[in-house]
Amino acid sequence: MTAPPLLTIDKLSLDFDTRSGTVKALEDIDLTLNKGEILGIVGESGSGKSVLSFAIMGLLDEAAKLRADKISFGGMALNAKSVAEMRGRELSMIFQSPRTALNPIRKVGKQIEDVLVRHAPLPRKAAKSAAIAALRQVRIPDPERRYNAYPFELSGGMCQRVMIAMALACDPTLLIADEPTTGLDVTTQAVVMDLIRDIAAERNMAVILITHDLALAGEYCDRVAVMHAGHIVEVAPAAQVAQNALRHPYARRLFAATPAASAELEDLAAIPGSLPDLRGTLPACRYMARCEIARPDCAQAPLPAHDISPSHLVRCRYCP
Amino acid sequence: MPLLLTLLRRIGSAIPSVFGVILVTFVLARALPGDPAAYYAGASATPDSIAQIRSQLGLDQPLIVQFFGYLGQLAHGNLGQSTSSGQAVLSDLIERLPASIELTLTALMFALIVAIPLGIWAATRPGSWVDHLCRLLVTLGAAFPTFFTALTFVYIFYFQLDVAPEPLGRLSEIYYTMPPRVTGLLLIDTLLAGDPEAFRAAFAQLILPAISLGLFALAPIARVTRAAMLEALGSDYCRTARAMGLSRGRILFVIALRNAALPILNVLGMVFSFLLGANVLIEKVFAWPGIGAYAVNAVIASDYAAVQGFVLMMALLFIVLNLVVDLFASMADPRVRYDD
Ligand SMILES: Nc1ncnc2c1ncn2[C@@H]1O[C@H](COP(=O)(O)OP(=O)(O)O)[C@@H](O)[C@H]1O
Ligand SMILES: [Mg+2]
Repeated sequence: MTAPPLLTIDKLSLDFDTRSGTVKALEDIDLTLNKGEILGIVGESGSGKSVLSFAIMGLLDEAAKLRADKISFGGMALNAKSVAEMRGRELSMIFQSPRTALNPIRKVGKQIEDVLVRHAPLPRKAAKSAAIAALRQVRIPDPERRYNAYPFELSGGMCQRVMIAMALACDPTLLIADEPTTGLDVTTQAVVMDLIRDIAAERNMAVILITHDLALAGEYCDRVAVMHAGHIVEVAPAAQVAQNALRHPYARRLFAATPAASAELEDLAAIPGSLPDLRGTLPACRYMARCEIARPDCAQAPLPAHDISPSHLVRCRYCP
Repeated sequence: MPLLLTLLRRIGSAIPSVFGVILVTFVLARALPGDPAAYYAGASATPDSIAQIRSQLGLDQPLIVQFFGYLGQLAHGNLGQSTSSGQAVLSDLIERLPASIELTLTALMFALIVAIPLGIWAATRPGSWVDHLCRLLVTLGAAFPTFFTALTFVYIFYFQLDVAPEPLGRLSEIYYTMPPRVTGLLLIDTLLAGDPEAFRAAFAQLILPAISLGLFALAPIARVTRAAMLEALGSDYCRTARAMGLSRGRILFVIALRNAALPILNVLGMVFSFLLGANVLIEKVFAWPGIGAYAVNAVIASDYAAVQGFVLMMALLFIVLNLVVDLFASMADPRVRYDD
């Protein structure tokens, strides 16, 4: 008997009403996440990774129309009210561009303290030492001094560590990391990713790692979900990535586009075409127009889902 | 500590502007039409007596010597003699400055109390009726000149409805006694003198001119508050604050508002300078005994020393104002503090 998943999402769809039409940003998203598991969500820019995480966190703006058969977290239904209770406590999130994600005019230590004080009635003095401990935990050297720093005085990597410290301050069970290393240099990337993985393992914390880098996801995650134009097209154990065992034509293209897959720089294959316009009518398979194995009936609903193994799912009619 | 350093540095960098202002007022006095020596000598003067007066006034000296003489006078607080009031210009200005300051500050206070909440409110509900009201006020405030608003107010509230006192100065000395001068601000001095009746009367006198002036200041403050709050609320750091579960109130009034403070502060500095300028007209309409009215009279009467003194004082006031804005800015934003 396996434990029930930490997060379950059934048939989640998301539209944005805009002046130029309805943007169908997400459609029929099914996803589960177990306690302590690291799930990678991979896709090129604009495929809906961020809006999916905002949908989970309840951070969407008013133009967003969210529908789902079920979203549950830790056995409770997630809705606007319950998620507001859990944000920063059970569920936390870090973002791309950590420099702008921190309040520019408040000391970083105080920003961590604000989160601590919000979720637990701490006297300021205890909060301060807790904030310093949080900074130490993300391996910031000399945390007593860094407590007093403003974001503009820190490097991007340092700011991301502060963000992580803040997000983890109240010991969440799920951390969503939205492209946490985009914009950081390669060494810093590895440092930040190692930090997230180590803390997740230490605390048995689940992580949704959002990235456009399939190789990175393959390296740090337990499972990988590939997104394209608002669909999850493939979910597979991360080991399949390294073995080049992904099946969906888009996932295979993504793999070919990773530096790890091709020894020579010239071999790096770009993905042909671009994401479809998400306004107006779309074929059932949104990858169809870019796909080399597409046939006319790919446009017909429903988008098929077939299991290669219980943990490996592909949504494509014709892939091998 | 960085604050004090900033202050000293800013004061240091204001010295050239002060020097520039002094130079300009000096040149201005020489460039104005008319010969002061002939003016002082009177209608029945002979060329000889004019020359004598000229050398008495030092006007036959080389310009550079005259300039140092002028600096020396300024160092002693001597701005010359006003021909129209017959008093020292400096004491005229000091006498009248508090009236203008009181009017301007009250106007600014009124504008702030209305514009900042309105701007915040509009920013939290873009596209709602509050937002439209805010936009309407901004447009109206920019469309009507202050003296027009002032005259309309006098017409409606004094002449038609008779709910406002006669638009004649700060306090009717027929019914009330002027409080002994402490700050020169009547609202404070009347209270210090323990005279609530006079306070009420002085306040009543202030309402119409301050509101006419304040309406003019309202538009830019509301506009900038709305824009700065919209930007702050849409920022990455406010999204972070929401993701960390901080409360709505904290996000709005602490995080977003403090970040919006810098642009608001800058526009306040600008608005304050506008107000000092707009004072001139309002003081005329309400017979307000301030420096604006003084300057207008001085120009009309060709009272050059008074004009020169007024320009010098206004320029110094602007410099001080900028210093104060800078100081507040560096308190509001650490990046400003380390910026130079
Ligand atoms: N507030 C919004 N209004 C309209 N469309 C939006 C909004 N936010 C996101 N989108 C659209 O949703 C799609 C997915 O965006 P996003 O989740 O940011 O992609 P990713 O994070 O994968 O790069 C994009 O096509 C984007 O234009
Ligand atoms: Mg994104």
